Amino acid sequence: MGNYKGKSMKRVEDPRFIQGKGRYVANLSIPGMVHVAIKRSPYAHATINSVDTAAAAALPGVVAVYTGSDFSNVGGLPCGFTPPGIKTPAHPVVAVSKVRHVGDPVAVVVAENAYIAHDAVDLIEVDYTPLPAIVDAKGAMDTGAPLVHDDVPDNCSFHWPLGDKDATAQAIASADHVVEMELINQRLIPNAMEPRACVAQWDSFMENMTVWTTSQNPHTIRLLLGAFTLQIPEHKLRVISPDVGGGFGSKIFHYAEEVIVPWVARAVNRPAKWVSTRSEASITDAHGRDHVTHAKLGLKKDGTITGLYVTTWANMGAYLSTFAPLIPTALYITLLSGLYKIPVIFGETYGTMTNTVPVDAYRGAGRPEASYVLERLLDIAAQDLKMDPVELRRKNLIPPNEFPYQTPVALQYDSGNYPALFDKIEQLADYKGMRKEQEKARKDGRLVGVGFSSCIEASGPAPSAVAVGLGAGIGLFESGVIRVHPTGKVTVLTGSHAHGQGHETTFAQIVADELGVPMEDVEIIHGDTERTPYGVGTYGSRSAAIGGSALVKSAEKIRHKLTLLAAHLLEADPADIVYDQNSGKVHVKGAPDRAKAFGELSFALTTADKLPPGMEAGLEETSFYDPANFTFPNSAHVAQVEIDRDTGEVTIQKYAAVDDVGKVINPLIVEGQIVGGIVQGVGQALWEHGVYDENGQLLTATMLDYAMPRADRFPTIQVDRNETPSPHNPLGVKGAGEMGTIAGTTTIVSAVMDALAPLGIRHLEMPLTAEKIHNAIKAATSNGGGN
Amino acid sequence: MKVSMTVNGKATERDVEPRMLLVHFLRDELGLTGANIGCDTTQCGSCTIHLNGTAVKSCTVLAVQADGTSITTIEGLAQNGNLHPMQQAFWDKHGLQCGFCTPGMIMAATKLAAGNPHLTDEEIRHGLEGNLCRCTGYENIVRAVKAGAQAMAGGD
Ligand code: FES
Ligand code: FES
Repeated sequence: MGNYKGKSMKRVEDPRFIQGKGRYVANLSIPGMVHVAIKRSPYAHATINSVDTAAAAALPGVVAVYTGSDFSNVGGLPCGFTPPGIKTPAHPVVAVSKVRHVGDPVAVVVAENAYIAHDAVDLIEVDYTPLPAIVDAKGAMDTGAPLVHDDVPDNCSFHWPLGDKDATAQAIASADHVVEMELINQRLIPNAMEPRACVAQWDSFMENMTVWTTSQNPHTIRLLLGAFTLQIPEHKLRVISPDVGGGFGSKIFHYAEEVIVPWVARAVNRPAKWVSTRSEASITDAHGRDHVTHAKLGLKKDGTITGLYVTTWANMGAYLSTFAPLIPTALYITLLSGLYKIPVIFGETYGTMTNTVPVDAYRGAGRPEASYVLERLLDIAAQDLKMDPVELRRKNLIPPNEFPYQTPVALQYDSGNYPALFDKIEQLADYKGMRKEQEKARKDGRLVGVGFSSCIEASGPAPSAVAVGLGAGIGLFESGVIRVHPTGKVTVLTGSHAHGQGHETTFAQIVADELGVPMEDVEIIHGDTERTPYGVGTYGSRSAAIGGSALVKSAEKIRHKLTLLAAHLLEADPADIVYDQNSGKVHVKGAPDRAKAFGELSFALTTADKLPPGMEAGLEETSFYDPANFTFPNSAHVAQVEIDRDTGEVTIQKYAAVDDVGKVINPLIVEGQIVGGIVQGVGQALWEHGVYDENGQLLTATMLDYAMPRADRFPTIQVDRNETPSPHNPLGVKGAGEMGTIAGTTTIVSAVMDALAPLGIRHLEMPLTAEKIHNAIKAATSNGGGN
Repeated sequence: MKVSMTVNGKATERDVEPRMLLVHFLRDELGLTGANIGCDTTQCGSCTIHLNGTAVKSCTVLAVQADGTSITTIEGLAQNGNLHPMQQAFWDKHGLQCGFCTPGMIMAATKLAAGNPHLTDEEIRHGLEGNLCRCTGYENIVRAVKAGAQAMAGGD
């Protein structure tokens, strides 16, 4: 049915971007606007003795300077996921007595332009007494470690166990073979290309505040501003997230600057603007990952998995960011079953406080960490048992006839055909051919590696009752309004938010097909709390599955109303009316000429003179869709790499991916998401690392030091799909935004370690930089190991 | 200090602070916000423009250094309402997602492609090494630049 779904429609949002007319927050300028710059702590941990703002305040062009105590009338930044027993330390918007990470705000300058504001920041004198710092996720719980918050003993904010501990320990103890290892999933800096920004305007007569912010979820920001931080009544607050230049999770959270900027706008009664620099972004945007994990996998001799036991220390940073505790718990432990039948699993996470930037969701969020643990264990198990890693995995796959499949770690997988997925990737990548090539290369002394990974993701969070039951502060449904104008043109309002995903195209495809109207008659509006109904926003690959489904529900209501109206106008029984979704014509069954066009009907609801009894005028429907379950995208990826023996440099020679993201609305966009995700995932495997020294100084705070993936490091990536529709949403879609990132990391690590295996190198921690590999090769060969 | 330059074909004169960066001059003084600022260490290329016919990162040039030059920004690329072939190619090949890197990518790509209608993947990947994109994984950017280069030469 329909004309658009499943087609690679060109994106309707692109004309403004390719002509430099993107509506990013940093592009906003309002007459009379002041500029905000923030003085930040250079210490990871210190007591603030005094803040001297006199010289800054005296600088010509400075409008005002504020310190922590000025913000006594705003609430601290809240944490929105609080499982039972969690300790949630206070998070002041501007530090008053103590700073807890490099980048913690200590003072705020307001000036006529940004240059003056930054000059004034340099003139502020802060007297600190430095304190010892702790940066390590696991070390934070050691006796004697510096305490980050007095009210969080042992720096442990929470302990989150799941699964049958005793049965799992028993299964491991009685296994034929156990792989036991410690793994580090290193800290990453999200680095969306657009740095965060915020603009605010106060209407002192109406007492209304408008905040433009680089957010993935403007309604959540409004809720938190209204109820917790700024405490302006929600109906007096408008939050707008116009075009946002990438998020990857980092723009979900409620940040201090989103409170500071509107607070300033009201205090000085002028519009105010703050734009983050990249270096500032590195020390304020929530980071990702940062786990230390101890894992044990039990297997039978033939490779059958018997149990998995995982303990993880997850670095939360200096404060609990908006959703931070959710990531290494309900989005991590629950994913440890992968695509495999594992009889018993026990997983537990300690969330620890350290003197680092808070850590929260970053593309994949918990799920890449889970896949990494499991896939590394399986690769090593295959090595130990002298099995092909694909064969070992195949042996343990959940069979297609066992869906829905209940894992031992709470989730129920909706659909999948994993053996078919494996068949497809082996064929696409010519896996056997690659192995032959590798064998030959090895004989020539070359370090060629073939990597494989098969990953699961729980996307589309989440059934609200489940989310709130686990500790979420809000339900995770989504809203969708279809407003049909008198002439039959359509405005769609969605609570989802696009920051690169192309909703203006995909959602228009959905609605056009559901109603049978041309796509160009449909316009998608998002990102403005005053225009769209309360919605949850975009993260966790939820928009098509939840936001899209809300639109399908609204379209059903529209079709129902038009069917009743057409029946009335055509003097037929509603049961005999057909709504043709190709043309939008509503006609009598078997008599296509006895029809009313979509525009005729929408106009009839405007004249409203011939409506059936009881029907209201107008044509607008709203739905709030709450999903029945997560969706479970799955993937199998293969890569071939070669390592330069002398330099340790990794070259990716081939990369192939087969993903099951359910039904696909726009293949062009979905492939773009998958490839983009893979490259980002490879970034973690090979280069990216947010490095702190032991004093809590971030050594990778600029793009000079933080190695982002570049175009010249990649071959063409081959992608294909293995479609098993999700049975529980009306579109049959699963999430597509994060799978690439999840699989990209594990696949490349698998390939690099496979290349190094003949040298007896069993495991190296990410990122697998040339230097690290070079040193490992040197150590291995000088020990006389390998060839 | 007084600076004057031709920007997108228009003569422009302003009084600016000597320390003002060209990218701020374009964005804040002239309202040409197409060139984005993605970093503070000349790594990302989001701010790329054409200065006297060369692609440069406008965050690395002072406005006063651009005195007397001729500048084209992304806003000046389309002619008489027609997209530049490179802009069209980015659209056709889905060479952008969030769009933030896109103006810089397109400005860099048009220079890379000028006189090179048959760029190889490798040449494109190397040529765009100074432009970062966090969204696309570069693949479709490579496709777009290839198609754009051909179209610029009047090819298919
Ligand atoms: S802003 Fe100019 S290179 Fe990044
Ligand atoms: S499209 Fe988002 S950074 Fe390139």
